Amino acid sequence: MTDQVVEPEVGRSRPRKEDARLVTGQTNWTDNINVNGLLHLAILRSPMAHARIDRIDVAPARERPGVVAAFTGQDLAEGLGSLPCAWPVTEDIVLPDHPPIAVDEVRYAGDPVAVVVARDRYAAADALEAVEVDYTPLPPVLDLEAALAEDAPLVHSDQGTNRCYVWPLATGESYATVRERADVVLKRRYLQQRLIPNAMEPRAVVVTPLAASGEYTVYSATQIPHILRIMLAVVTGIPEQKLRVIAPDVGGGFGSKLQVYGEEALALTVARRLGRPVKWTESRSEGYLATHHGRGMIQDIEIAATREGRLLGLKVDLLADMGAYLMLVTPGIPILGAFMYPAIYKMDAYDFTCTGVFTTRTPTDAYRGAGRPEATYAIERIMDELAVELDLDPIELRRLNWIRHEEFPYTSIAGLTYDSGNYEAATDKALALFGYDKLRAEQADRNRRGDSVRLGIGVSTYTEMCGLAPSRVLRDLRYAAGGWEAASIRMLPTGKVEVVTGTSPHGQGHVTCWSQIAADVLGVPFEDIEVVHGDTRAAPQGMDTYGSRSLVVGGAAVHHAARKVVEKARKVAAHLLEASEHDLEFTHGVFSVKGSPEARKTIQEVAFETFSSHDLPDGMEPTINAEHLVDPDNFSYPHGTHLCAVEVDTETGRTTIRSYVCVDDVGSVINPVIVEGQVHGGVAQGIAQALYEEAVYDDEGNLVSGTMADYFVPSAVDLPEFVTDRTETPATSNPLGSKGVGESGTIASTPAVVNAIVDALRPLGVTEVRMPCTPQRVWEALRSARSSEEASA
Amino acid sequence: MTRISVKVDGTTYEDEVEPRLLLVHYLRDHLGLTGTPIGCDTSNCGACTVDLDGETVKSCSVLAVQADGSEVTTIQGLAHDGEWHALQKAFHERHALQCGYCTPGMIMAARDLLRENPAPGPQEVREALEGNLCRCTGYQNIVRAVLAASGQEVSS
Ligand code: FES
Ligand code: FES
Repeated sequence: MTDQVVEPEVGRSRPRKEDARLVTGQTNWTDNINVNGLLHLAILRSPMAHARIDRIDVAPARERPGVVAAFTGQDLAEGLGSLPCAWPVTEDIVLPDHPPIAVDEVRYAGDPVAVVVARDRYAAADALEAVEVDYTPLPPVLDLEAALAEDAPLVHSDQGTNRCYVWPLATGESYATVRERADVVLKRRYLQQRLIPNAMEPRAVVVTPLAASGEYTVYSATQIPHILRIMLAVVTGIPEQKLRVIAPDVGGGFGSKLQVYGEEALALTVARRLGRPVKWTESRSEGYLATHHGRGMIQDIEIAATREGRLLGLKVDLLADMGAYLMLVTPGIPILGAFMYPAIYKMDAYDFTCTGVFTTRTPTDAYRGAGRPEATYAIERIMDELAVELDLDPIELRRLNWIRHEEFPYTSIAGLTYDSGNYEAATDKALALFGYDKLRAEQADRNRRGDSVRLGIGVSTYTEMCGLAPSRVLRDLRYAAGGWEAASIRMLPTGKVEVVTGTSPHGQGHVTCWSQIAADVLGVPFEDIEVVHGDTRAAPQGMDTYGSRSLVVGGAAVHHAARKVVEKARKVAAHLLEASEHDLEFTHGVFSVKGSPEARKTIQEVAFETFSSHDLPDGMEPTINAEHLVDPDNFSYPHGTHLCAVEVDTETGRTTIRSYVCVDDVGSVINPVIVEGQVHGGVAQGIAQALYEEAVYDDEGNLVSGTMADYFVPSAVDLPEFVTDRTETPATSNPLGSKGVGESGTIASTPAVVNAIVDALRPLGVTEVRMPCTPQRVWEALRSARSSEEASA
Repeated sequence: MTRISVKVDGTTYEDEVEPRLLLVHYLRDHLGLTGTPIGCDTSNCGACTVDLDGETVKSCSVLAVQADGSEVTTIQGLAHDGEWHALQKAFHERHALQCGYCTPGMIMAARDLLRENPAPGPQEVREALEGNLCRCTGYQNIVRAVLAASGQEVSS
């Protein structure tokens, strides 16, 4: 007999197990679910940003063909509570009521006002037109600064203010003191435009009731089946144990499905009222209004440094657009960012304040990086400005200030303990791949020649916090839940394995990676492992998938659970082999007695013998299955260096990315090809924020970029080839050594691109281009630089 | 209601449909062929791409009645005798999908490209897929997969 599994699975570029269904069209998207008697729910939404509902009549809709029922907010109010906000960041935060459907006032264009249920989706959509609503318009609240004025119109008049909270953090020396001893102080304002997530699968929910027992199965295109179940129980009063939430195949999320949405509560409530299954599927345009947005901040940042370029202090004042309501973690997003402004740099003082502001716009919440891309953007932009001010190469300035390899673990000025990292190594590798010196020479040459197409080089050296999160830290941040994750391993009688995970993937390849992790620890073939996820009945414990936490916390739980299985199996094997546990070796799935290798049992044999339980050690439970919940003791901190070269046509304002190089350190890697894919997708989004995407509102608060035809989602022709590479410093906070990768690309790339654009145009007097840096914006920046030059001449 | 007869992935279906019914809803809701997903309502995303009598169309921009008498191939009709199409294999081998929602449309659009241009360059692939949006992959591996499926050498 040969050993079972010899090649380590972890570290291999395994094609994914997930793909077979996806490439053949045998998927299980929520909208694919069809059951007998299914009714389709459609939602009438406010056409105005802010208005009082004077009268609403759904009776005419009920008359329409195929319609089964229609409800107003008032009709549904009983038994339908406020949607939850689980992150009240300060004690005195303003927490307005958030009804899943408006009752007397609408607060953003898209706020639901009525629902219709019909036998098919066309009939339901048609009947919406018959609903009669009279509104009295109220003043919209759109500008973050104006919203804070004494006499500003109020989004929530019962709260008396549009100020949701003020959250301060001051660490190290006093900023005012270090500012005094600084040679240089720079202050800048950066704007983070609102982004619309655009996961390719629109949101959808199907609720099937079992009226007799009062049980409900809720299928939802969600990232958070476990959290959703708890919250739906709270919102609707249906006992938690009667709710089963299933996230079937989910077509992307990026934070936008990290949410408890009104539509989920409405579908559940309507299914409960009617005792019939109900489905709601979002149209894309509806999603633009009703799925939460990302970013939306004004960042005032100030940096103090010595003449030689040593950073002394950093001060950040942030206005964060909450939108009309607080969703699940809305207030916490900028707070996550708060810890990331000091990035990888050493300094003596840090002073941060965030003011959350209500506006009459779609609520904001987590989106691709959630707070950390914004922070990284501001610090990496102002570092470039400081380099110019001090006449230093931007990379030299960073080198002067970053934490050196030998200084890890290092507690940052914001109070995070970075466990490991090597910024020099990643940067050196990136510079070599990029051909930095050669590009600089070409740039100088073009500038000298006065070329109409300028070359610009942008760098961004970032870190982020992944692996959300140690539960005690979450407590200190006033986040309601814990940050643990669960896994269990079931050894089946036939020797096959089920890994049950509390994480809930939507494209990240958990099934493949978790199989790789379990295969190595258990010594069973990769193919023999199945991964169960996304169903609160089959996988009852979990905190779900967001913030690049799945691998670092959930993958670690799989590792620990598998170790427990091996230890239990060792007891059984020792008993069967009549040996002491200590004399047993375990390699490649085989227990053998030291010194007499022919005395052996495979873990599969042990699994069967445990199942039959004819001959177990005295007092042993007849199972080697195991469960493990892990609460990490620290975040993990991926980092890296991204370099971008752009060509900017000064006549048309058009930016073309000439090359993009990134070297990321995400710790130890389970599946390199999956890591590379995640980096590609993230970088694409970061570039898109820099160049293309923006949710635009008009003065009345209507979303002008309200369809996919008006909101620029980049296609294959709009994005460059990426050169990706890695360095590896293992994380110390989990046994895998992994740091998480889902968001790094997004976090790092936006400042690299904008830095490159400004770098290209600086010789022409441009010091800032507002995102997205469309040809028009670039062209305007050039024009105003020219006119101010002429004015001063 | 209008009577139509459509051959989808090798099977002929006779149905009474509303004249305004979109082909994509006909496939999904009436025939239960849910392999073709919907990503938008403005014919921008390409998720719903199918083959209609040898032409690549976005099935959300075609009425079911327009497909009367036609032959439709969806992602579900690509594999033969359990053997995947070269593009299905290449997407899998090159990690050209993450959530997979855009994948049926991508593969259908790429299939059309390779019929017309059996050895496209990377830029030609990008241009051919311009009407198909992906939010997960950044497109690079999709381009590599299409090149690989065309039998060209592709660096990893
Ligand atoms: S669903 Fe047809 S193009 Fe988007
Ligand atoms: S793989 Fe998710 S949209 Fe393309």
